[in-house]
Amino acid sequence: MSTRLATGGRLLNKSRALTFTFNGKSMKGFEGDTLASALLANDQMLVGRSFKYHRPRGIVASGAEEPNGLVNLGQGGRFEPNQRVTTTELFDGLTAKSQNHWPSLDFDVGALNSKMSRFMPAGFYYKTFMYPRPLWKHVYEPFIRKAAGLGAAPKDRDDDTYEHFYAFCDVLVIGGGVAGLQAAKAAADTGARVMLIEQTAHWGGRAPVDGGEVAGKSVDNFVDETVAALEAMENVTLRRRMMGAGVYDHGYVLGYERLTDHAPDAVGPRHRLWRIRAAQIVTATGAIERPLSFAGNDIPGVMLASAVRDYVTDFGVSPGDRTVVVTNNDNAYLTAIALKNAGLDVPAILDARVLPTDSALMAQAKSLGIRVLMGHGVSKVQGGKRVTGVAICSQAGEGSVLEEIACDVVAMSGGWSPVVHLWSHCGGKLVWDAGQAAFKPDVDKAPTGADGKPFVTAAGTASGALLLGDVLADADAAGKAAATAAGHAPAKGAAQAPDASHAPEAPMAPVWLMPQGAGIALRNKAWLDYQNDVKVSDVQLAAQEGFQSVEHAKRYTTLGMATDQGKLSNINGLAILSDSLNQPIPQTGTTTFRPPYTPISMGSIGGEARGDVFQPVRRTPMHAWHAENGAEWEPVGQWRRPYAYVRSGESSHDAVMRETKNARDNLGLLDASTLGKIIVRGPDAGKFLDMMYTNMMSTLKPGKCRYGLMCDENGFLIDDGVVARIDDDTWLCHTTTGGAERIHSHMEEWLQTEWWTWQVYVANVTEQYAQIAVVGPKARKALEHLGGMDVSAETMGFMDWADGTLGGFDVRVFRISFSGELSYEIAVKASQGQALWDALMAVGADLGVMPYGTECLHILRAEKGFIMIGDESDGTIIPQDLGLHWAISKKKEDFIGKRGQERSHMVDPTRWQLVGLETVDKSTLPDGAYAVAEGTNANGQRATEGRVTSTYHSPNLDRGIAMGLVLNGPDRMGEVLTFPGTDGKAYKAKIVSPVFYDPEGEKPNV
Amino acid sequence: MSKFVSALNNEAYAGGIADVREIGLQGMITLRGDLSSAAVKSAATSVASLSMPEAGQASTDGQHGLCWMSPDELLVLCPHDAVAANLEKMGQSLGDAHALYVDVSDARAVFELSGPHAREVLAKLVPVDLSPAAFTSGMFRRSRMAQIPAAFWLHAPDTFRIVTFRSNAQYAFDLLKVAAQPGSEVGYF
Amino acid sequence: MLILTCPCCGVTGEETEFHAGGEAHLKRFGPGSSEDQFEEYLFMRENPKGVHFERWRHVNGCGKWFHAARNTMTLEVYGTYSAQTHTPPQDLRDRISEKVPGWSWREFQ
Repeated sequence: MSTRLATGGRLLNKSRALTFTFNGKSMKGFEGDTLASALLANDQMLVGRSFKYHRPRGIVASGAEEPNGLVNLGQGGRFEPNQRVTTTELFDGLTAKSQNHWPSLDFDVGALNSKMSRFMPAGFYYKTFMYPRPLWKHVYEPFIRKAAGLGAAPKDRDDDTYEHFYAFCDVLVIGGGVAGLQAAKAAADTGARVMLIEQTAHWGGRAPVDGGEVAGKSVDNFVDETVAALEAMENVTLRRRMMGAGVYDHGYVLGYERLTDHAPDAVGPRHRLWRIRAAQIVTATGAIERPLSFAGNDIPGVMLASAVRDYVTDFGVSPGDRTVVVTNNDNAYLTAIALKNAGLDVPAILDARVLPTDSALMAQAKSLGIRVLMGHGVSKVQGGKRVTGVAICSQAGEGSVLEEIACDVVAMSGGWSPVVHLWSHCGGKLVWDAGQAAFKPDVDKAPTGADGKPFVTAAGTASGALLLGDVLADADAAGKAAATAAGHAPAKGAAQAPDASHAPEAPMAPVWLMPQGAGIALRNKAWLDYQNDVKVSDVQLAAQEGFQSVEHAKRYTTLGMATDQGKLSNINGLAILSDSLNQPIPQTGTTTFRPPYTPISMGSIGGEARGDVFQPVRRTPMHAWHAENGAEWEPVGQWRRPYAYVRSGESSHDAVMRETKNARDNLGLLDASTLGKIIVRGPDAGKFLDMMYTNMMSTLKPGKCRYGLMCDENGFLIDDGVVARIDDDTWLCHTTTGGAERIHSHMEEWLQTEWWTWQVYVANVTEQYAQIAVVGPKARKALEHLGGMDVSAETMGFMDWADGTLGGFDVRVFRISFSGELSYEIAVKASQGQALWDALMAVGADLGVMPYGTECLHILRAEKGFIMIGDESDGTIIPQDLGLHWAISKKKEDFIGKRGQERSHMVDPTRWQLVGLETVDKSTLPDGAYAVAEGTNANGQRATEGRVTSTYHSPNLDRGIAMGLVLNGPDRMGEVLTFPGTDGKAYKAKIVSPVFYDPEGEKPNV
Repeated sequence: MSKFVSALNNEAYAGGIADVREIGLQGMITLRGDLSSAAVKSAATSVASLSMPEAGQASTDGQHGLCWMSPDELLVLCPHDAVAANLEKMGQSLGDAHALYVDVSDARAVFELSGPHAREVLAKLVPVDLSPAAFTSGMFRRSRMAQIPAAFWLHAPDTFRIVTFRSNAQYAFDLLKVAAQPGSEVGYF
Repeated sequence: MLILTCPCCGVTGEETEFHAGGEAHLKRFGPGSSEDQFEEYLFMRENPKGVHFERWRHVNGCGKWFHAARNTMTLEVYGTYSAQTHTPPQDLRDRISEKVPGWSWREFQ
């Protein structure tokens, strides 16, 4: 059984005991534990079930590479699935639940899948669930959905906050092991601005566990001294609990800092996502030990040799009483020695190699009395929910059992793979190191940055240097090279890496399958990818079925596609694939390494953008008043405009009807502040606006307004609005609410990139003014009540504007109308917008004033047949489609869109044309409905001859009114069209003029 | 004449690691023209006796300032109630020169972010190197603050002035509040 | 995420400050142009694997348009220059030639 040892545990604070629960069971641990070490200390070997076969699984690793130990962590607003137990620091009160099992971890019905595994090979889902098709929706998909997925989805809103931080540095060192520390020190000594980040809570990486001496002292001493030296340097930032999540173009790095995961009661954000821009990056990301592929290598108790030694040394935890070590290299002997020194039993070391002489570590193991069996391996691990023993065999054979050894842990080591993820994220290439049987960074093919030069350097074990002395020398060189590339060359005579001593190691021997000649029965139980349940036999089957590219084989088998992204499985998998294809491993290559290195929280990606600041909501100066007066909001771009002001006891529809009638009968107020206002000024402004608009703006007289249309070069309508000429050189262009920034940019683009010699300046003054439309038969009376400038018909005719004062406010009044009523739009400085609104409400009280919203605005304009950008236009509509020929100049030689409108498709007489539509039974047409015609189109669908672009119930006409685009529409007045609705009804509507209300235009003309 | 009210009416937040407040009304004039021409220079300096700023710089003094917006644009700062008079002055200085000068005071909101952690609060929101060595007094930077455009400068040591569009004022204030939340010290600068 | 230097204000900023504006040095054809000319202007674009010339706008910054010479494969930025020109500057073209001998893009090389 696994248990806490009486001694050891260099990372523990044994004076502080912590309590936590796993599947509801209360357990104890110490400060400094990970959840993994604490579970093992409580003899919790079984931690979860695998994804596909629901096999019992235990902790395999001790770090970020852990594939099995995933739990649902926390509760309520702090619940998060798929949390790795090996990277979760223990805290008091932690609650964890195992995943992917039903009804319980110990007894799982889905484990039947395992018995069926010979019927669920690679590609099982693709092969099985194809036919018959109708079964997919009601049988296959619900089954797969229930079976699939690891953790549970959170149900509550996240209680925590998150943030981003933008940081800049010369040299970013990722990884705080001895290599990272040495690289950071070497770089920092040059004066460069250095940042060193480490994903765990501890400096030094695994060197303190593996031992060795630096400059004649223990490696711990080197770690402490170097950290202290770096902390004392002003140009260095050190961060722990911060993972280099991804390396991106031009030196951009995401750093994932976990601030309160280990201390959930702390005040402040939970995670901080650092958006770092580094001139140079050093990846000192270490290496990951590879599992060996033998039958039963997924049974709880089979662990990486390095992890076993970590648990003993770092956490004072014994994973088991009797550990069999199985290896193809010297390094795993350290585990046997550590176990033995901790007083635990190591019945045997199974070494797959056959060596001429004993290496130093082998000799040391033997001197401790450990039985070492060379040329041997595991035929099969015995046990179910935990290891009970191993059957051993010759590595060279087919797995005949030579002997059975009782044990409760198997510590395996297949060699070490440098962590090349961050090197590779942005295009760094790899080279095969035959000596270590691993891919390592190809120093000649580093990722290149904005200047075309390399910006990533790998250091230490991450670059393939495995022994302590080599690691420090390599890291020192990497740190200096990075600083030099960032413009900070080391001084002559700069300090060198300290000398380090370590025991010499005998060469490892690649072992991809154990035993070498394992038959199908063994290969069927030799796991490659623990989390996604991919076995040696699956990859072989994929190769046999023609999935020869590593990327195809990956997707077919799902090897490496789980949340651990194949940190343990990828190299073993592609070695098996290479063997099946009879080609060398480098020829097979690797799959693509993609960020993030390990999953990062969604919260950290969102950063501050949640709740009130999820996105910018733009507010007019009268926003608060609208909110207090019943406004229901309509989003228009980022603006929020009142849709209608709903009174108590009223529905939104009632409110819209009331507002619409009142604007025609009495007086309405509309907050029109969101409409774009762009000043265009200069000697060439008239010429410029003649290019921008389809109609002529240069001839507009100061004091006058003109409605204008804007198109793009395709000829399609992009915006409309009223243009006022302010003086000889100055025009004020109104745009739609959504158009202000877009049209401003459009103007700037033409001025800066095409007509840069023209003397024109533009300025977007949209928000300088609050603008209020005063609409209805009593509009003039209201302004007269305010008092001030003369707004009589004689002085201010239709389409005139004037500056003046009203009620003491400095205003600009435009007599324009988008409603067909007598109407004035009054612009006032934004800081007085609310005051003017209040004044208008006050003087309007006796005149029946009501504020109205955007829906009322829409109905009023539709009653008059006025188009709305975005309703009648959709990016494929030219003004001619909308009967707006009158607003397209025939005199101008050129304007934006003129050539586009001359294309054959644009002058095609069969383009659908704008008409009014009047339902026969007065009902309201469904929005977007199509009019059907006889016959079918080329795709066999019902032919169509028109569609609805705007449709409303008009309270003033007491009927449904609509506008639409109809084939030859204007020539078919009186014809009745059929519009099938999605409600199953067929709506009949008559083609009429789009001007439904006051066709003579008498109402505003007073 | 009724009162002029800024977007957030001087709302302030002092519960976090840096103080945030909307400073209220600030006069602002956009001046576009050939910044090297005598007419434009004199128009700019007629409003405030400050030197013309270099690219990326601002000359400021209390409520007065000349901020470099782009190669052909300055943002002229002055007291809110002096804008009309200053526009007139600028018009006289410019004479017939081709230029555009227009009141944009009410199109904007101005925030002050201050305290020892002000730099790191802002660095959570803008993709700009705000280390004391990189962002110094006199610099004027237009960038984005989270999802909105913003311009900022150091009004005093550890005190930023931040200009946003008026319609974004509430978002900007809330954003700064979130970034300044208690316990969120970064310790990078 | 790229970093670009705006030649108008001198700021070196990350990509989120900028907005890509498509291919550089297009020649506008208006009324009177042939169908082929107009098609070329409106729709036909280079899609090189290598040296490319683009328009960018410093949208969250000085607001100005400029040109950038970039490599679409390596993402190297050879240089940025004024939007008010019909041809890439000679010194920039020379610099690209040093790194990518024999490059050509539309009529430029």
